[in-house]
Amino acid sequence: MTGYILKRLLSAIPVLFGITLIVFLIMALIPGDPATAILGSYATPENVARLNQELGLDAPMWQRYFIWLGNMLQGDFGRSFALNRPVLDEILERFNATLILAGTAFILCAVFGIIAGVISAANQYGAADKAITFIVLLGISIPSFFLGMMMVLLFAVNLKWLPVSGMVAIYGGGDLPDILKHLTMPALALAVVATGVVARLARSAMLEVLRQDFIRTARAKGVREGSVIWRHALKAAMVSIIPVLGIQAGFVLSGAVYIEMVFQWPGIGRMLVDAILKRDILLVQGGVVFVAACYVLFNIIVDVAQSMLDPRIKT
Amino acid sequence: MNILNITRRTALAATAALTMALALPAHAQTPPEVLIVGQIAEPKALDPAAVTAVNDFRILMNIYDGLVRYKDGTLEVEPALASSWEISDVGTEYTFTLREGVKFHDGSDFNADAVKFNFDRMLKEDHPYYDTGPFPLSFFFSAIESVEAVDAATVKFKLNAPYAPFLSNLAYPTGLIVSPAAVEEFGKEFGRNPSGTGPFKFAEWKSNERVVVEKNTDYWDGEAVTQTVVFRPITDANTRTAEMLAGGIDLMVEVPPVALSQFAGDEFNIVEQAGPHLWFLILNAKEGPFADKKVRQAANYAINKSALVNDVLEGTAEVAAGPTPPAFAWAHDESLEPYPYDPDKARALLKEAGAEGAELTFYVTEGGSGMLDPIAMGTAIQADLQAVGLTVKIETYEWNSFLGKVNPGLEGKADMAEMAWMTNDPDTLPYLALRTGAFPEDGGFNSGYYSNPEVDKLLEDARVATDQNERAALYKQMQQIVHDDAPWVFVANWKQNAVTSDRVENFALQPSFFLLLKDVVKK
Repeated sequence: MTGYILKRLLSAIPVLFGITLIVFLIMALIPGDPATAILGSYATPENVARLNQELGLDAPMWQRYFIWLGNMLQGDFGRSFALNRPVLDEILERFNATLILAGTAFILCAVFGIIAGVISAANQYGAADKAITFIVLLGISIPSFFLGMMMVLLFAVNLKWLPVSGMVAIYGGGDLPDILKHLTMPALALAVVATGVVARLARSAMLEVLRQDFIRTARAKGVREGSVIWRHALKAAMVSIIPVLGIQAGFVLSGAVYIEMVFQWPGIGRMLVDAILKRDILLVQGGVVFVAACYVLFNIIVDVAQSMLDPRIKT
Repeated sequence: MNILNITRRTALAATAALTMALALPAHAQTPPEVLIVGQIAEPKALDPAAVTAVNDFRILMNIYDGLVRYKDGTLEVEPALASSWEISDVGTEYTFTLREGVKFHDGSDFNADAVKFNFDRMLKEDHPYYDTGPFPLSFFFSAIESVEAVDAATVKFKLNAPYAPFLSNLAYPTGLIVSPAAVEEFGKEFGRNPSGTGPFKFAEWKSNERVVVEKNTDYWDGEAVTQTVVFRPITDANTRTAEMLAGGIDLMVEVPPVALSQFAGDEFNIVEQAGPHLWFLILNAKEGPFADKKVRQAANYAINKSALVNDVLEGTAEVAAGPTPPAFAWAHDESLEPYPYDPDKARALLKEAGAEGAELTFYVTEGGSGMLDPIAMGTAIQADLQAVGLTVKIETYEWNSFLGKVNPGLEGKADMAEMAWMTNDPDTLPYLALRTGAFPEDGGFNSGYYSNPEVDKLLEDARVATDQNERAALYKQMQQIVHDDAPWVFVANWKQNAVTSDRVENFALQPSFFLLLKDVVKK
C-alpha cells in the first residue's frame, strides 16, 4: 500500500509542473498587464514602463518563470500587486474560508446524496423513489448561483432570518453559531447540484449490487432487509460511489467560485476572479497552482480509498 | 421496516431543523454610533501614496489630511494642514504656513520635516523609504524640484516650471500626509498600519471582511460625530443591494441604476452628486470618415444622448456638452449647449462630406472604472448611427485588453472607442488627451490624434497661469473650440449616487467622489 501511495504521489509531480507552465504562459500572454490595471486612466506608456520595472516585470519571460518557480519551491510565492501582501498569506486565509464552505457542502452532498440514492434503490419505482427522483432532477437543473440569489431574497431580504453575505457578522461576530448562520445558505446552495448527482449515481450503483448473487444469498440466509441494504449492499456499492464523490469534491470546489461571488464569501474562488480582473499575476499563478495541487491530492486520496475497498484496482 | 424507520427519522430531523430555522431571531440591525459602509472592493493599501482607486480614497480621506483640501461641495481648494500659503510671482515657489500643534495618530508631531519626508519618499529614488512604494501616481508631483523645511511651521516647494494644477493635486489623495514615524516603524507594511492626522484613527483591518476606524478625539478641526466606521468590501452589486435592503449596511455607494427603484421607500435616502466625470467617444481624426470634421459633428448630432442618460442609465447621469464637466464650476463654460439630437442634420452633414454608408469599427469595453454600462450604451449608439446610414461594427474587449487596444492609439484599428475619465483638475483630461503633444507615441492619451494648435496654446497657457480667473477664461475658450471641432462625441457626466438608511443623517456626497464621514450621524 505504501508503495502504491508513493507511486501516485510521484506521478503528481509532472502534472503540477505542467500546471505551473500553463498558468504562467496564460498570464504572460493575455492582453493587459498589472501596471495598466493599477494606473487605470493614467496608464501612459511611460508610467506603465516605470511601474512594470518597479514590479520586476521587465525581465524576459523565461527568466521570470524560473525565478517564480525557484522561489515557489522555497515556499516564497511572492507579493500580490493588488493587495500589497504576501501571496501565500492571502491564499491560506482564503483557502481556509473555501474549505469551510466547500467542506460543509461536500459533507452535505455525500451524506444526503447517498441516503437518498439508497432509499430510492431500495424502493425502486415506489413512491419514495419517485419523489426523490423528482427532487433530485429539480436540484440538478437549478444553477447554484440562481438558487443562491433566490435564497438571499427570501431568507435574508424578506424574512430577515439569515445574513445576506460574508462569513462572520461585521460587528461582534466570529463565534461558531455566527459562522453557521452565515454558512447555511451558501453551503446549501452549493450542495444542491452535487447532492443530486451523488443520489442518482448511488441509486444506480445500489441497483446493480442488489441484483447480485451475494445479496440473494444474504436474504435467503434470513439477514434482515435493513442490514442487507445498509451493510452488505452499500459497502459493495461504495466502490463505484467513491470515485463519484472524488469528482464531486472537485465540482464543489470549482462551484464555490460562483457561490462565493453571490454570498461575498471570502474564499479562494472570489480571490481568483478579483485577481484575474486586476491582472494580479503572482496571486493568480499562486492561487491556481495551490488549488490544482489540492485537486490532485483529492484524486490521490480517492484512488487510495478505492484501492483499500477493492484491492483489484491497484494493479 | 428498517428503511421506513430511517425515512421517518430523516423526516423528523428535517422537521426539527426547520423548526430551529423558524425560531431564529430576526437578523440584528447594525448598532448605533457605528456606521457600516458597503464598499465596492477590498482596499489595496491604506497608504495614500501607493494607491490609485477611488474605492481606497473613500477610506483614506477619513484617516488623513492634506496640506489643502476641497471646500465642502466644490472642487475649490481651501486650507487644511496648511493654514495659508503664498505663491511667488513666476509661479514656481509655493510657501506653506503649517497649522501648529497637530499630532499624528501615533503621537508624533506634524511639522515641516514631516511634509518634506512625505514628498521625498514619493519622489526621490535615494530616499531610505522609497522602497515602501511603488508610488504609481507620483507623477502628480513631478513638477516638484525640491521641498525645503524652512522652519518647523514653514515649508517651501520649488517647482521646475509654473504648474497651475499643483494646489488641486495637493488636495488629491496622493498628496495626503502620512506619519513619518509610522513609515519608519512599519516599512513596507505601513499600508496595513496607517497613521495620519484625520478625523478617524485606524483600528483594524481584517482582510476581505472589514476595515475599522475610530473617532480621533484630538482632531484639529472638531471631533467626528460617529464613534466608529466600518468599511465592508462587497464586490457584487446585487449582493451589496441585498445587504442594504436587509439592513446589514447603513450606507452604500455606487448603487446600480436598475436597483435604485428598490430604495424608493421611507426607510432609505438616495443621495446624488454630479462629479468631474466625462463619458465620451474618441473619434479617429487621423484617418477614415472621422478625419472630416463634418462627420464628427454628424456623429454628435446622430446620437440620442438624452435617451442614453434616461433609459440606459436610468437618470444616473446628465448629458455632457463639452470636454470639461460642469462639476469644475469655475472652469466650465455655462454657455456651451450639448449637441441636440438631430438625425436629419446628421444625414445632411454626412451627405455634404460624402460619407454616407461609411463603415465604422467601434471599440466597446465590458466594464471598467467610470464606464457605467458600456455594452448597453455601445449598442444604443450603434443603433443611432445605423439610423443615419452609417454601418457600425462593434468589437468588445475586457477592460484591461481594451485599454491595451485604445491607449496606443486607434490608427489602423478602429474609428471610434468608448472612454471615461474622472479627474481632479480641469487641466488633466484635455492636457493629456486633446493636445498634439499628447499623441500616444509621445506618451499621452490622445488616441484619436486630434490636433489644433490653438487648443495646444490655450492649454499650455492655462497650465502656467496662477490666477484662477485667467485660467478659467483660457479653459472656456478651449471648450468652445473643442466643442465645434468635435474630436469626441460628448455623451454623459455621471452623477455619483449612494443610499443611506433612515438611521443615517447629515450625509452628502462630494463632487470629488470622496466620502467624508466626519459629520455624519448614525442613530
